[in-house]
Amino acid sequence: MCTYLTEKIEVSGSGKGSAGWFTLTDATVYLDHPVHAPAEHTLNIDFLNPANGPSARVAVELTAESAKALVQAIEATLESAPPGLV
Amino acid sequence: MNEALIAETISITGHNGDEVEAYLARPLGKDSFGGVVVIHHMPGYDGGTKEIARKFAAHGYAALMPNLYHRDAPGASPDDAAAAARAKGGVPDERLVGDVRGAAEYLRAMDGANGKVGVIGYCSGGRQSFLAACSLPLDAAVDCYGAFVVGTPPEGMPLKVGPIAHLAPSLSCPLLGLFGAEDQYPSPEQVDELDKILIEAGKEHEFHSYAGAGHAFFSVDRPAYRVEAANDGWQKIWDFYGRYLAG
Repeated sequence: MCTYLTEKIEVSGSGKGSAGWFTLTDATVYLDHPVHAPAEHTLNIDFLNPANGPSARVAVELTAESAKALVQAIEATLESAPPGLV
Repeated sequence: MNEALIAETISITGHNGDEVEAYLARPLGKDSFGGVVVIHHMPGYDGGTKEIARKFAAHGYAALMPNLYHRDAPGASPDDAAAAARAKGGVPDERLVGDVRGAAEYLRAMDGANGKVGVIGYCSGGRQSFLAACSLPLDAAVDCYGAFVVGTPPEGMPLKVGPIAHLAPSLSCPLLGLFGAEDQYPSPEQVDELDKILIEAGKEHEFHSYAGAGHAFFSVDRPAYRVEAANDGWQKIWDFYGRYLAG
């Protein structure tokens, strides 16, 4: 099915797309059919800069298990950072 | 059927007089043919849907697929364009009808056109196929697992679409519906509801739901592909268009 559900957030950072590095301003997170991943549904994340056009996009399609593991890895990394760095 | 065809990217006049990119596949060596407006799925104007357009041409129909995301992302790759269109809330209904009208007019004006034009759409395009057939004079319509013809979209959904079953009395042509019994958008209950609405409206239609198939079972390049449902579905399409568009 197409779930259509989408979370949108503003982000600050950079991403590397097909034309090289660019500044990120937005990210969308949604569960839907992947374009490429061999699964019926994936957790998809688009890192975007809409002001630079639709091709300013870094896309990932992850299985639900991979997405959860990624969340844990990000949180663990931030929590273990030395005081003052983050 | 010699299956000879030519396929190319063209420009058509769509909603509001806009020039819109479109993919045209037409049969070669055929004196008279019907036309099919192909409405791509939510993932966009992609290789899989262009393959579908060529399949229609190989079976003797001129198939024309407007790039519904052309305005949102001109020149972008299909997946980037689909992401941009999704973020904007999808294709407005009025714009969709205008683009299908332009495509139908192009098909009717082609050398060799027999004047008959049908429409087919997949996923979000299934709903749009129903919408077009209720808004424009057409000869046959196919809805492949279109969600939200009936049923209210879930809370928080970014797509700005709503149910359109109330348009059923305006349906201008016979409707073929092909659905997966395992799909949730549309669910089997929603398919039954649309069936009843069309019966009450006295509209000619036939619905087929395939056990073991979910959403997007026609997509040969995705895990959702279900070969038995897709093969039977294609046969239903050839029979249906053979009755209403061929010649």
